This record gives sequence, C-alpha cells and structure tokens, in this order.
Amino acid sequence: MQRIPTFSKGGVHPDDNKVYSREQAIERLPMPGELLVALSQHLGAPAKALKAKGDTVVKGEKIGEASGFISADVHSPVSGTIKEIRKVTLANSIKCDAYVIVPDSEQPELPTEKADWKSQEPAELLAQIKDMGIVGMGGATFPAHVKLSIPKDKKVEAFVVNGVECEPYLTADYRIMLERGEQALEGAMIAAKITGASRIIIGIEMNKPDGIAHLKDIVKEKGYPIEVVGLKMKYPQGDEKQLLKATINREIPSGKLPLDVGAVVANIGTCNAIYEAIVLKKSLYERVISVTGECIAHPKNIIAPIGTKMSDLLEFCGGFSSEPEKMVSGGPMMGFSFYDTETPMTKGSSGLLALEPKKKYRSTACLNCGRCVAACPIGLMPAKLYRYITNGEYETAMQTSLMDCKECGCCAFVCPAQLPLVHTMKTGKKLGRKKK
Amino acid sequence: MNKPSLTVSSSPHLHAKADTASIMWNVSIALAPATLWGVYAFGLRALLVLGVSIISALLCEYLLGKLHNESTLWDGSAFLTGLLVGLNMSPSVPLFIPFLASVFAIFIAKWVFGGLGANWANPALSGRVFVFFSFTTPMSSFVAPRTLAAAMPDALASATPLSFAKTAIAGGASGMNSSALLSASGYPATGFAQTIANATGFSAYNVDAFLGNVAGCIGEVSVLALLIGGIYMLATKIITWHIPVTYLLTVGVLSWIFGGIPAGLGIFAGSFFPSMFTGGLVLGALFMATDYVTSPITHKGQLIYALGCGFFTFLFRYFGSMPEAVSVSILLMNIITPTIDRYVIPRKFGDTKELRKKQKQEAKA
Repeated sequence: MQRIPTFSKGGVHPDDNKVYSREQAIERLPMPGELLVALSQHLGAPAKALKAKGDTVVKGEKIGEASGFISADVHSPVSGTIKEIRKVTLANSIKCDAYVIVPDSEQPELPTEKADWKSQEPAELLAQIKDMGIVGMGGATFPAHVKLSIPKDKKVEAFVVNGVECEPYLTADYRIMLERGEQALEGAMIAAKITGASRIIIGIEMNKPDGIAHLKDIVKEKGYPIEVVGLKMKYPQGDEKQLLKATINREIPSGKLPLDVGAVVANIGTCNAIYEAIVLKKSLYERVISVTGECIAHPKNIIAPIGTKMSDLLEFCGGFSSEPEKMVSGGPMMGFSFYDTETPMTKGSSGLLALEPKKKYRSTACLNCGRCVAACPIGLMPAKLYRYITNGEYETAMQTSLMDCKECGCCAFVCPAQLPLVHTMKTGKKLGRKKK
Repeated sequence: MNKPSLTVSSSPHLHAKADTASIMWNVSIALAPATLWGVYAFGLRALLVLGVSIISALLCEYLLGKLHNESTLWDGSAFLTGLLVGLNMSPSVPLFIPFLASVFAIFIAKWVFGGLGANWANPALSGRVFVFFSFTTPMSSFVAPRTLAAAMPDALASATPLSFAKTAIAGGASGMNSSALLSASGYPATGFAQTIANATGFSAYNVDAFLGNVAGCIGEVSVLALLIGGIYMLATKIITWHIPVTYLLTVGVLSWIFGGIPAGLGIFAGSFFPSMFTGGLVLGALFMATDYVTSPITHKGQLIYALGCGFFTFLFRYFGSMPEAVSVSILLMNIITPTIDRYVIPRKFGDTKELRKKQKQEAKA
C-alpha cells in the first residue's frame, strides 16, 4: 500500500466539522446597505487613504495605496459614495481607518473580455498583481506581489498550491476548488510562470476526495503540468512549513522562508484571485467566506464584497439557530474571536463561525504530561515556554525558540490542564520583543 | 437582530476531549480489574484496606485544599493516589498503615511541594516506601489468596514467590532458578495453572503469578488484570508505550542475561518472561512509572527514564538485599527526571542533518 503523504512531526486531529457548509454552493450576497472598507487588510503597513469624505467611487477603483515594501493596495468593492472615514476595530483587534461606503442602487456590469497572460512577461504580470491588491487569501494576508517577487540569487523549483484547508469548519477553499477549479489552476499557472518554478504541486487533504478528483480531471483535460497530491488529514498541514514537508519533503529551517528551500506556497483562493486579476482585470474587492458553525441557522459559502459587516452575512444565513458562545473570524484553531457583529470582513476573512457553548473544562496546574511536546509541529516544548513566560523569564523563553512558535494552537488543543498556552506565547513574544 | 453576549478569548477555540479530571478518573477505571481481582482473592479485608487508604487520601486533600480556599477533589488525583496506595498494601496490614501512607503521600510528597503538578516524587510510591521502611514486618507479611489458601503450607503462607526465592538464594541455594526452588520447597500451584503448565511448558508458578494466584500486595498479584488496564490506557491514549514497554523489556532482558548469576547459573540463564511478571513490576511500570508529573516530558526522555528504572530494578532485585526494587527504582528515576527534561529536547523542525552539516562547513570556512 502506498503511504499517503503528510508531515511527520507533531500535529493534532480535531473533528473537521465541515459537514455544515460543505454541500452549499457559493452564493452571492445581496448588496449590503453600507460597507466598512478597512485600510489595513494585509500584513504590513496600512494603505494610505486616496479618497475623502463625500467622494464618489467606482467599483474596483483604487481607494487606498500601499505604503511601504510590505503593504497592499485597497480597492472599492462597489460604486457609491464615501459617507465618512472612521476608526474601526477588526476581528483580529487591529484598529485602523476605514471608509464607510454607501453603495449606489445601480452597480456597473463587469467586462467579460479575457486578457491573454501567456504573451506577457513575468514583470508585467507581477505589476498587475500589485495593482489589483492581491494578498494571501488563507488568512495570513501576506501581499502576493512581495511573495512572488523572487530575488535574483534565489531559484524556485516548486510552486506549491495550498488546497489543504486544514482548519475545521471552513469550506471556502473547497467550494472554490469545485466551482472555480479551472480559474484557480490557471491562476496557479500564472503564478508559477512569474516565479519560474519547474514543478507545480497542489496539496489537498483526503477529506475532500471530490475536490481532488475534480482538479485531477481539469489538469488532465487542459494538459497542465500540475501534480495533484492527496494528503493525510492532520492539522496544521495548511501551514507552509508543514505543507512543504508533506509535498516536497523539505524542512524550512528556523527563521527562513519557503524560498530558502526553493519553493513558493500560495493558497488556492489566492490563485483564483490572481486569475481574476490578470485575466478578468478584477481587483481584489470580494471573496468567498464560509459562514458556518453549530449556531448558524443556514450555513452557507458566500461571495461577499470586502467590507461587508458580519451582521449582514449573518442575516443572509438566517441568523442564529441558537445563542452562540463565541463568534470567530477565520478557523477555530487560529481564528480571532470578536464581540461586535458590526465588525467588517477583510481580504483575509476565510470564515465566520458561530460556535455553540463548549463543554466547560476546569483548568489545573501543568501535569507535565508531554502532550503539548508531542503535538508541537515545530518541535518546541510549550510547557517549558509557558513556565518561563509566566515566571517573567522572557529572555530564556526567547532563547528556547519562542519566536519559532506559529501559534497554530496544537498545544493548547491537547492540553488536559487547559492552560492558555497560545495566549501565553503571544504575550511572551510581545513582552520579549519589548525587553530587547 | 438582538446581539448575543459573546466570549472573546485567544485561539484555539476548540479543545480535545481529555482534561485532567477525565484522565485521572480513567486511570482509576483502568485499575478496576486489578482492584476487583485483589478484593476477590484476598477478601473483604482487602476492601477495608483500600477504603482506608482512599478515604484518608481524600480527607487529607480536602483539608489541605481548605487551607488554600480551593477544592481539588474533583480532579480525581487524590482518589487515584489513595487507590494506588491501597493497592500497594499487603491485605493483612494493620489499618493505621494505609492511613499513614496516604497522609504521607498527599501531604508530604504532594502538597509540601506545591500540590498537583509540582511534586517531584510519585506520591503513592513515596507513601508506600515511607511505611515500608517504617513498618517493614507487617508490610512484608502476606496472606495466601483465596485460590491457593487450602493448598498453602503454613511455613510459606506469608512469602511472595519472589521474596521466597530471593531469601533462598541469599541463604546459599545455588544451581536452581526460582521455579525450581519453589518446586523443591513445595510451594503450591493451582490445578488450573498446572494444567496450563503441562500443556505449554511454562512453569506452573509463572502461570499462577500471571493470573494472580500468588501472595502479594492487593493490586500487584494479577498481571493479567493489570495488563487489561494497561491496554485500556494505551487505547484511550492516556499513556504511550514508551515507558511501560521499555521498562518491562529492560528488566526482562537484563534478567535473562545476568539474572542467573546470583544463583550460580552463569549468564543467559535467567528468566525472561517471569522476571517481567512478578513482584509488582507490572503495576509499577504501567501505573507508577507512567505518572505524568514525575516522568520526563519528551518521548526520548521517557525512554532514558524507563531504561534507568529497568536497570535499577534489575540491580536491586538480583544483587540487593532488600525488597522494594520497583518502588525504589522509580523514585530514583523521579529524582533524575528534571535533569532529563533539561537536556533531552526534541529536534526542532528544520534542524535537519543536512543543515547541521552545512552550518559546520560554513563555520570552518
């Protein structure tokens, strides 16, 4: 029997809970009455506002300009009027300026003309990706043009498409695979051309067999040089470190990037966005989001303009079926819980979860059971780091590789003592940096 | 839409099912077969000993918790400690002994060091070792199990097979392994064991020791019952194989190679299986050495720890003059555990052999 590939170190197996929304085809959200388009929707410096109160904007128009090397442009999702610019708090607790845009009742039709990308040079393609404000759609929102700019001294052997979607509940990438698979794969071809990669691999977990089959069919039909690889289910396989280990069996050393092992990783949703940017000339102003969880009356996968308030998404899904304990933006393992349903979605919002009250566990002291150590995909000792940080020994924690922690949540997931391990790591990193 | 009151907390928002309390209670469940066998074999007296040890452990935990304004009875750890203390008692001990052992376990071994998670020594074992060295005679006087009582000669009634063989060897008996020694002195075996022995070639004493038809502590006699509990813990992922398997195999292999020496049989003459299944080793390897708090945190560290436990057990058993090989070995390795945890650290992701080689070359250049 052939071994199904996965990463070797650590990892956990939460229930995947994708059943709520996996059969729901992507639906378009009716135009909300008001949008909150934030200027900090990506990793890096916030975009600079280009418009002022009272200005009119056109759908797809650039309204925020990238400021700094790692930053991305922001575009208007609708044609309408800017009511005001005000501070908002995003789901990940970042406070930034946001446009309040009131959409016109008539929205322009998009041109259906398709551009030819094969005749364009990589540099031209890259410039367009930057102009269209593409960022990583998996949640990390790293600007795509930065990721795809390969320094001269580096060589990319493999372009790996991340179709893992290892976070429980989320099904947005899965639906993109099924409904927009052709676009996404063409997007992957474009991205691979930019990076000059010789191999293109797409990794998908085995809980999406029809996704794997569908993409394999497309690859065969179009004759793409893409390898579709089924991966054994294990969280956090969607992290680029674990994905590269699983697909091309290379380990990224501490503090290094995929580029250092000759690879570039992009989410399948990002590939779809790249296709839309290059071929359809569409800037990144809408995305697919899974609205799901035990407490959502009718879980759905929705394509919604960026800046849509969570309350509009909830309403479209029929509201709550029962009172939720938590609302989470993103997946349940790494997503952010928030308290205000008026919070807007951003380019990185892959999911909106309403979770039922979970069994209440009682926290005890650390038992030294070693489950966190066995679960850590990076090979850290979370229990030890926890002790250092709670004792205020930030420097020792930093020396014990605290900065390598990616906050994937495996340790806290398995901890029988219910210690807030991820929370402590986050705090420790902040205080440790400050001390330096 | 009316706004729900929402909880905000750090990720992850999901949790695996096991928590401290469920683990502790599950270990107690895993001990149920051995407990039931002990009560069956040694009668209500055994139940009384268990009751005293458990109740005094719970009472002690409750009172100490009261001092700190917290109640920790729900987490099940005090119940488990009490149960383990009781299972480590001879069924005939005076009842003040399990009481003292439990109080020592909970108060001195656990709470003095800061309570659950902070103790360096396994509480139940500390309690047992404390009363063993304080009250050695009642702690090492045993009664024959119900299944053997009728056939047991009075002179042998209070010795476990292991201590009997050990005394005989220390007294100069040579040229015989323990089964032969037991046989020569008329140590009885059950009819059932004899049937199996005839059919398989194992010694009837070993079959009896495996099934639990021997004198000994309440919880240690039936290897079969303990193994059932061990399999339950492995299946529910409460423990991993690392500690118990390494521990048992180390004792087995060392005994096989060197165990014949004290009896004058030379090397490779010791017993492999019987050495693993006698004298509380299985109870120790499955339920005491695997105590989370006092064993290393990494799998690699656990292997070293279990090797150490096995080595000391072998050494004390064959070359020491006192019983208590298992308890003392585990306590010794408990002392070394923090050191193991300090130096045995897991390989970090990305820290591959190729990377190391590259770094070495760069350092040279």
